Amino acid sequence: MNISVELNTLDELHIKGIIGGEIDAFTAPILREKLSDITLLEKIHVELNLTDVSYMDSTGLGVFVGFYKSVTAANGHLELTGLSSRLKRLFDITGLVEIMDIQATDKEVKIDETV
Amino acid sequence: MKPFDYVEIRVPAKPQYVSVARLTISGLANRIGFTYDDIEDLKIAASEAITNAVQHAYADNEEGEVVIGCALYEEKMEIMVADHGKSFNFEETKAKVGPYHELEEVSFLREGGLGLYLIETLMDEVKVHHQEGVTVFMTKHVGVEQVDENVEHVPS
Repeated sequence: MNISVELNTLDELHIKGIIGGEIDAFTAPILREKLSDITLLEKIHVELNLTDVSYMDSTGLGVFVGFYKSVTAANGHLELTGLSSRLKRLFDITGLVEIMDIQATDKEVKIDETV
Repeated sequence: MKPFDYVEIRVPAKPQYVSVARLTISGLANRIGFTYDDIEDLKIAASEAITNAVQHAYADNEEGEVVIGCALYEEKMEIMVADHGKSFNFEETKAKVGPYHELEEVSFLREGGLGLYLIETLMDEVKVHHQEGVTVFMTKHVGVEQVDENVEHVPS
């Protein structure tokens, strides 16, 4: 299991999460469950930092789209930050960048090859 | 001598093995000189196909295996992913796969399923074959993008 999810509650309407590792068929359900623990109060603001995500595929996109829908249903705002150009590209080619708030990082993040 | 080296990977149809297969494919792609970005594309495309095979086996409550066949040429890599767990004759199966038709592949595009779309976008060629399960066949050429770049740089 190579995913880390750290959720910090700044106050009840501001959550900052830091996600690291690989998001794939095995780890996506773990991420989905962690995110489902967040109490989605009206007008909540959630920032998820993905700087340390070294791999992601459509299973990860599925989790973020699902979570985006839940946050939006609560009139809240979801922000994905720190995306590497590789990660950003996935949101670009799927058109999700038009819908969701995606903030890429400027620096190139070298992806490591460890499992 | 065969024009390509063939490597077959068999893993249990369980999500925890998707990353194992992905790393093997990454190593093979590195072997024939794909760029860093192309290797990342291959990793995602292969993972999508393997994930689909795993989920297919899960949905049917099978204790199956996913077979991933990789043909390594000098200038390209072909990857075939079958969800029925049987070894295949690479060339024979390759001859059977055909272009897919969007409407027929609805079951492939499962919940959150951008999988096939990503495979299509990230690979140069994709074919799907339905018989005893689903077989996905995909090809990526080494250095296609670089060639395009060079062409653009030729002064007119």
